[in-house]
Amino acid sequence: MSNEAILHGSEVSTHEAHHDGHGEHHHHETFISKYVFSMDHKMIAKQFLITGIIWAILGGLMSVLFRLQLGFPDATFPWLENILGHWAKGGKIQPEFYYALVTMHGTVLVFFVLTAGLSGTFANFLIPLQIGARDMASPFMNMLSYWFFFMSSVVMVSSLFIQTGPASGGWTSYPPLSALGDASLGSKTGMDLWLISMALFVVSSLLGGLNYISTILNMRTKGMSMTRLPLTIWALFFTAVLGVLSFPVLLSGFILLLFDRHAGTSFYLSDIFLASTQKALPNEGGSAILYQHLFWFLGHPEVYIILLPAMGMVSEVMSTNARKPIFGYMAMVGSIFAITILAFLVWAHHMFVTGLNPFLGSFFVLLTLLIAVPSAIKVFNWLTTLWRGNIRFTPAMLFAIGFVSLFISGGLTGIWLGNSSLDIHLHDTYFVIAHFHIVMGVASFFGMFCGVYHWFPKMYGRYLNNTMGYIHFWITIVGAYLIFWPMHYEGLAGMPRRYLDYSGWASFNQFGGLNHFISIVSMIVFAVQLLFVFNFFYSIFKGRRVKTENPWGSNTLEWTTPIHPGHGNWVGEIPEVHRWAYDYGKDGREFISQTEPISANESEHH
Amino acid sequence: MSMSAFFIIAVLLLGFLIVFQIAKASEYVAVLKGEKKTFEQNNRINGFLLLAFLILGLVGVYWCNALLKPKILGEAASDHGQKIDQMLYITLIITGIVFVLTQVLLFWFAFKYQYKENRKAFYFPHNNKLELIWTVIPAITLTILVGFGLYYWFKITGDAPKDALVVEITGKQFAWVYRYPGKDNTFGKKYYKNINEAQSNQLGLLWDDPASHDDIVTTEALYIVKGQPVKLVINSRDVVHDVGLSHFRMKMDAVPGTPTTMWFTPLYTTEEMKEKTNNPNFEYEISCDQMCGKGHYSMKGIIKVVSQSDFILWRAKQKPNYVQAFPEKSPSAATPAPAADSTKSAKPAADSAATAKK
Repeated sequence: MSNEAILHGSEVSTHEAHHDGHGEHHHHETFISKYVFSMDHKMIAKQFLITGIIWAILGGLMSVLFRLQLGFPDATFPWLENILGHWAKGGKIQPEFYYALVTMHGTVLVFFVLTAGLSGTFANFLIPLQIGARDMASPFMNMLSYWFFFMSSVVMVSSLFIQTGPASGGWTSYPPLSALGDASLGSKTGMDLWLISMALFVVSSLLGGLNYISTILNMRTKGMSMTRLPLTIWALFFTAVLGVLSFPVLLSGFILLLFDRHAGTSFYLSDIFLASTQKALPNEGGSAILYQHLFWFLGHPEVYIILLPAMGMVSEVMSTNARKPIFGYMAMVGSIFAITILAFLVWAHHMFVTGLNPFLGSFFVLLTLLIAVPSAIKVFNWLTTLWRGNIRFTPAMLFAIGFVSLFISGGLTGIWLGNSSLDIHLHDTYFVIAHFHIVMGVASFFGMFCGVYHWFPKMYGRYLNNTMGYIHFWITIVGAYLIFWPMHYEGLAGMPRRYLDYSGWASFNQFGGLNHFISIVSMIVFAVQLLFVFNFFYSIFKGRRVKTENPWGSNTLEWTTPIHPGHGNWVGEIPEVHRWAYDYGKDGREFISQTEPISANESEHH
Repeated sequence: MSMSAFFIIAVLLLGFLIVFQIAKASEYVAVLKGEKKTFEQNNRINGFLLLAFLILGLVGVYWCNALLKPKILGEAASDHGQKIDQMLYITLIITGIVFVLTQVLLFWFAFKYQYKENRKAFYFPHNNKLELIWTVIPAITLTILVGFGLYYWFKITGDAPKDALVVEITGKQFAWVYRYPGKDNTFGKKYYKNINEAQSNQLGLLWDDPASHDDIVTTEALYIVKGQPVKLVINSRDVVHDVGLSHFRMKMDAVPGTPTTMWFTPLYTTEEMKEKTNNPNFEYEISCDQMCGKGHYSMKGIIKVVSQSDFILWRAKQKPNYVQAFPEKSPSAATPAPAADSTKSAKPAADSAATAKK
């Protein structure tokens, strides 16, 4: 109904007014239609966000558990056995469970939190509000997108409770390990549930992504040309493009894996003799490496699916709070575009040591390091945005600055790993863990926090508590560096990932003290995240009320809606847009809303 | 649950409560003091903290390096490893400069341009010259890094020298198996369906192939020779493993069904490394670097780098796998073994059909 209004809206304003009146007075919303099967993009965004928060707590808790093992390999924790039963026999985390924990931690954080929780939340929330649309192109598909995600979550959670445990072959689930129940407990039913859950997740992601793309392309308000879009929207647009083009490839890889598991095919299996059964398998001629190609064809773009929304929000928040236009808007758009293209051409840099043809590898080195160019452009543009600004350090702005710092730190180590000759030594060591946690994990979390602190007033009409926000920021950034920076050294020593105990290794056990330290810091950082969660839920109900429509003095359209926008977002006509989103500090004025027509004596911009 | 766990939870809850009370109180204070004044105060504090974070952070980076650098493995023990270390230093210098420069600018700008009541932000939407500079300079720098990187990459992944010692290494859950070709310098054929651990044939050697009769199969250690290039032919028997040699800075996956190779020249014997590292228990370790199941973390192999003469001595002492499998047919039992028909349950593989029978 509201989409119709947009299609005809600008010409027939009476028609639209009629619809709004209709919406406010006659449309009876029940609890179910408002909070459960909602088709309001803002409610769906909140559903994604809250589900994402719950997943983040679970995923974080898993890391706390395995850090307990890594930091205190000789200790026993009898209370663990009370909670986990045979997975922690005698108060010690069993190897199978340790691997289940790291696998679930990775899957949950990468897909359920930083993809669904991040894109799902902010694409849903910001796209209609910032482009000036009443809702998504298809609110129904949008609702389905959330509920497929929900089903996917239910299946994944259920796998935690089965006898043989959840999938435990790492978040990448390489076959043959993931294909053969006799090779690993987690590759029994747990792996099937993992695959089903991920398939549902892909469906959710595609329903969402197609919707985001068509909404951005078709439903912008009058005057909102593509080059007037806020950078958040550009980032979310390319994120959706990446997802739509790469998730199906992942699904195809999963389907072949299901066939290998249950239909006796040999896509990934060849020449296998299992010690546990003392039997040779009949499969011959398959290629285990094929799966890795299919996986990383999504797996690498996935990194940017996680990172781009964070970049977009950071650009927006940074410009707003520096009271200065984002520097190099077109270069920012161009570099997101370049990153999107390159994201599809670099997947094999995860496979330099699989026996990949070295000549082929050399192209992937070149293309991988090319990504550093658009990344460098973005960093320098952010730095220039800060230069000669008049900066307000809201918690959102601090997280934006923190994001840039982490993006630099983690991005530079990408230059190490992308260079195949260094990757020989560093591949699958703690260097990789340090690299991707800083640049993808923590940095994207910072982007997400930045978004939550900034748009919380729009979501709930209340503010998050500032003091808790500052405490949250400072402990998290210091903690993140303390946890992940020293890991580079472990990686330089060649210390492999996914070991639960290094005490048997002369080459790696010198880091026992360091692991102890890292574990303690990670628990503190986790506790502080709980403080944020508390702040979030407390402030929904008891936070300081927002009293003006535009509390940050921002230019974008979402701040022209009422403090508590209803379904349809604007009362009356959708505002028309007359300028780009970044006229901060122009002609001595602090900010000029996108809805303000260009006046005759205004100085020109780019 | 133990007392200490309760204690920790109690402390956490108390901490939360205190933080929450302070946070709540600060909101009321803000109302009393006036929002603007509170904002300005918060802004100054955070601006200062950003600068402090930069300075303490850089000191921390230096201190962390001083603390942890001695713990990484020292000088590389292979020729390829030395090249990788050189590449590592080149990359460290370039990225290190960029790191310090950009982090300093980030936090310094944030501090310097923090909100001041009478400051006006500078309207500066774009500048083509600047953007060109920071497109071209990174591009040139990266070209240099790609150039060095690929130069080393092709040296390391190029063909092994003709005189290389060839050893086969096979990963299985959760151990390594090494095979030497024996006196004939030729590996006997094998087929995975012939694997039979009960009959001492853990690699599935085809006894039809006479070349297999002198093959040495051992799980004790991988013996290689100082100064002689060694080429590893890498196999897996079940899932993907990875031969990780951190002292040599080398690594290659073991993929079932698809053999891979890597080669390098060890520079120091195990004995020499014991002296160099001041550690009488020093061993070169093979770590499995690809997730392979519940015993992944314990999948260790040992490499013994020895002198040429020690190697010959060691090899002379090894019994071929064939002899272990058929003790009655050992050369000391006089009659040469008839090779055929001894394969028991094994199905003749396509390649074994080509094997000449006596």
